[in-house]
Amino acid sequence: MPMRKVMKGNEAAAWAAKLAKPKVVAAFPITPSTLVPEKISEFVADGEMDAEFIKVESEHSAISACVGASAAGVRTFTATASQGLALMHEILFIAAGMRLPIVMAIGNRALSAPINIWNDWQDTISERDTGWIQFYAENNQEALDLILIAFKVAEDERVLLPAMVGFDAFILTHTVEPVEIPDQEVVDEFLGEYVPKHAYLDPARPITQGALGFPAHYMEARYTVWEAMENARKVIKEAFDEFEKKFGRRYHMIEEYKTDDAEIILLTMGSLAGTLKEFVDKKREEGVKIGAAKMTVYRPFPIEELRALAKKAKVLAILEKDISFGIGGAVFADASRALVNEKEKPIMLDFIIGLGGRDVTFDQLEEVVAISKKALEGEKVEEVNWIGLRKEIL
Amino acid sequence: MAVRKPPITTREYWAPGHAACAGCGPAIVMKLATKAFSEAMEEKYGDPNAFAIAHATGCMEVVSGVFPYTAWKAPWIHVAFENAGAVASGVEAAWKKLGRKGKILAIGGDGGTADIGLQALSGMLERRHNVVYLMYDNEAYMNTGIQRSSSTPYGAWTTTSPPGKYSIGEDKPKKWVALIAAAHQVPYVATASIGDPYDFYRKMKKAASVDGPAFVQVLAPCVPGWRIPPEKTVEVAKLAIETGIWPLFEIENGDFHNIKFQRFPKDGKFKKPIEDYLRLQGRFKHLFKRPEAIQELKNQVKEMWRILGKEVELP
Repeated sequence: MPMRKVMKGNEAAAWAAKLAKPKVVAAFPITPSTLVPEKISEFVADGEMDAEFIKVESEHSAISACVGASAAGVRTFTATASQGLALMHEILFIAAGMRLPIVMAIGNRALSAPINIWNDWQDTISERDTGWIQFYAENNQEALDLILIAFKVAEDERVLLPAMVGFDAFILTHTVEPVEIPDQEVVDEFLGEYVPKHAYLDPARPITQGALGFPAHYMEARYTVWEAMENARKVIKEAFDEFEKKFGRRYHMIEEYKTDDAEIILLTMGSLAGTLKEFVDKKREEGVKIGAAKMTVYRPFPIEELRALAKKAKVLAILEKDISFGIGGAVFADASRALVNEKEKPIMLDFIIGLGGRDVTFDQLEEVVAISKKALEGEKVEEVNWIGLRKEIL
Repeated sequence: MAVRKPPITTREYWAPGHAACAGCGPAIVMKLATKAFSEAMEEKYGDPNAFAIAHATGCMEVVSGVFPYTAWKAPWIHVAFENAGAVASGVEAAWKKLGRKGKILAIGGDGGTADIGLQALSGMLERRHNVVYLMYDNEAYMNTGIQRSSSTPYGAWTTTSPPGKYSIGEDKPKKWVALIAAAHQVPYVATASIGDPYDFYRKMKKAASVDGPAFVQVLAPCVPGWRIPPEKTVEVAKLAIETGIWPLFEIENGDFHNIKFQRFPKDGKFKKPIEDYLRLQGRFKHLFKRPEAIQELKNQVKEMWRILGKEVELP
């Protein structure tokens, strides 16, 4: 029988790692993710987890050790956030290019400067081009579940790409919620053993990994990563189906909430989705035709699902905790790609919100709705809007 | 008829066809190091192939693994420039969990070891991974075209330490990574030179045989980088020992009070002048117009020996 425990998001991630039985974990402490390696250390110390835990001297070495271990053919896990993820940046490309299905838990946190330990998604969003699959969790249960799903998808032979699971700093990493811990036997069935056919460092069958690719081969190597990421769309959906069968919880690429007759749809990721649902309920009571949607998978970008969602809306308002300076939010830019050649599309608006742990309040969401309504009525509004700025200190 | 056993194994892990320059010193290192490793693995585990290689970006990485070819007959991985120590740590941890016997060989040049990879090396040593880190020291960033590293000796020309009106070439003393490695109190640290291949071979075998981490820093002249003719590689590497500019030593468990020296003159008097070593190399040519720079280099070499506990005389 699955067990229910009250735990922090970080503990949920550590439990997921324990259930997935990685053989090697390499991690370095960083706020807000530190509790993940701490908890794993305890599991290992108590003999509840049979993994080599490498206490590396930096995040750069954490991911490098994971690459070495994964290339040697074992299931591998790590956790980090923010500056730590940024320090890994170079090696993230290499992990994907070498097709190593490492799974990483991220307590989504802002990037310096100014230094800030609180929540936004700039860390993982900035790694969107590295070839890693990206999931975003709404709550602690999702953090646990999505890490298991991430292993399943990453290790699938049609994919073989690394995957990261983001869950919001403090809002989830440090907040206790009831979490159902699945049975070990069912997780074992769900994930199976990881025995790679492409990555091993075995003296009995020596291979070279990480060779130099000249212009004659480089582009094809990159194309195979593109193909693998395209394959991941199908594999993720299969994994969601199988997960539901085994564990009873349903996941979607994009999960919709009261969108069917909505004129305005608020699209977001992560824990903000919970706030939006409550806000939508409130606005519905006031008679506003509004819905919400949560993107659980950001890479591969759910293009078809977004097109289906967009068909329902007159205004698609994207609320995101990241900024690509000089253009706007990254999710907005990606969503624009998904809809650019659609014959009919909603007005698309971008809302930069909640950066560096700024609380997202209903007042701010009212501002989002007000701007969306103006656009709906044909008034010209900004495409990219910063919400909740303290203009008095600017 | 009795057949004499070859002095070193005839097994090869470094195949011909790699793209290194004619007379490449580091290529000799690759060949000898893997052979020595294999002998040690055979003696220790009964399996000469019981090792894998984690290679930092650099000349030897670039010339040996150009897809779809490889010069390596051993399991081999390259990830990036600065992380060979960390990658090797991960491979070693995985091998442990797979129940595989053997040892991991990490390889980096002086740039990948003394500079950009120093932290990953330190972490690997400190955590006591069962890894031998082999630093082939050609005393500059040769793969990018001869830029100074912290392991470049005083006075040497490189493209980023050019001699000029206000420069004598490289103006800092050489950083000795072997001493930094030894400060980690790991089981075994040694310096070597391809100018004494048997000494290098013995040290690589020893490094591979000990339980836990080991570090070997081997001098490996670079033909284009040192501006030497390809047939002089080994001669230059020998002169480095004979003139005293390159110490051969072993430090076990960080015991700096009991350093073992090889080829050290009993009276502390080196017979050949450092000028003999410098003269063969284009990278030091300009020093012969600057005798005070040669004197400064000699002072630094004496100081290096003094730190190692030896008073020396240099002719």
